[in-house]
Amino acid sequence: MELIVPISVGFILLFGMIKKTKIFDAFIEGAIEGMHTLYMIIPTITGLVVAVEMLQKSGAIDLVCKMAEPLADFFNFPKEIVPMAVLRPVSGSGATALLTNIFENYGPDSFPGQIASVLAGSSETTIYAVTMYFGSVGITKTRHTLWVGLLADLTALVMSIVTVKFVL
Amino acid sequence: MINYLWGIMVVFSIICSIFTGNTQELASGLMNGAEKAVKLLITLFGVMVFWSGIMKVAEKSGLTNLLVKLLSPLLKKLFPDLDRESVAFQSICMNISANLMGVGNAATPFGLKAMKEMQRTNLRKDTATDSMVVFVVMNTASMQLIPATLGYLRQSYGSSSPFSIIPCVIISSATALSVALVLSTTLNRVSKWS
Repeated sequence: MELIVPISVGFILLFGMIKKTKIFDAFIEGAIEGMHTLYMIIPTITGLVVAVEMLQKSGAIDLVCKMAEPLADFFNFPKEIVPMAVLRPVSGSGATALLTNIFENYGPDSFPGQIASVLAGSSETTIYAVTMYFGSVGITKTRHTLWVGLLADLTALVMSIVTVKFVL
Repeated sequence: MINYLWGIMVVFSIICSIFTGNTQELASGLMNGAEKAVKLLITLFGVMVFWSGIMKVAEKSGLTNLLVKLLSPLLKKLFPDLDRESVAFQSICMNISANLMGVGNAATPFGLKAMKEMQRTNLRKDTATDSMVVFVVMNTASMQLIPATLGYLRQSYGSSSPFSIIPCVIISSATALSVALVLSTTLNRVSKWS
């Protein structure tokens, strides 16, 4: 599995060389764009990581976990994931902040760490995407888009647990 | 949305800390949080810059276009009312390719263009068309083939096998995407009948 990323990079570069693309020039151009993107998300990440850290240190996350415990236990669901699962459809940066929080507290190879990883990789910021795309053209009647999107997130959540339990 | 949520997160923390007596921890958490944000950004920096560079190579060499060609028969089925040569259809293809490659930020401009084009031919300007619904629903599900950033993030937090989760991620996202597509196309048909 660890070879997937290097092989893809190798394949892309080889393809570029065969097609006589100036691969290093293109790489630099893209890397600069990547730098700009990152530069633009610095405020978002900072604002959200601070908020998440405050939630964590104040005991608010523990409180939410405790409240969700009976429900989580009923579905045999790891309660450590609850805050991230709730934040995931709203904010990508916020979910990343909570993901690293889980990594710090339980480790990336722990059961909650693995589920959180799969969840982060298999869901998107649904509410943000719906608001942004429809908002950009002034559409207010979005019909069933939001519900279907949230149901897909729920599917990803259930599948994260199922796959970590049975595939990994 | 995010404005309220962020406010609630902070205010809720402060209220909670008063009840739990964790005010000292909260105060230090505020400072440490800002420091952690920088640490997270530094962790992400290298991978994001490198990966964006590699994706640019894929774009310039025509690999992304090849992916678009491969995808277009499938996408034709999902967007039956769009002409294959139309700007809207092309933009959708580019958006989805960028998503598959894991460069969500590059996908957004194409997505916005696709929406603008679809809105031009939309008869009811305040209501989403079938194609719009399917397109936005696809963008609310994850289509990424290689979760590179996630892998490196796991690695930097000490995972012994950072990429072992890839099969799980692929199965999970494929299921979620299928659910999203089946539901949205079915509901589109239902709403047409009624």
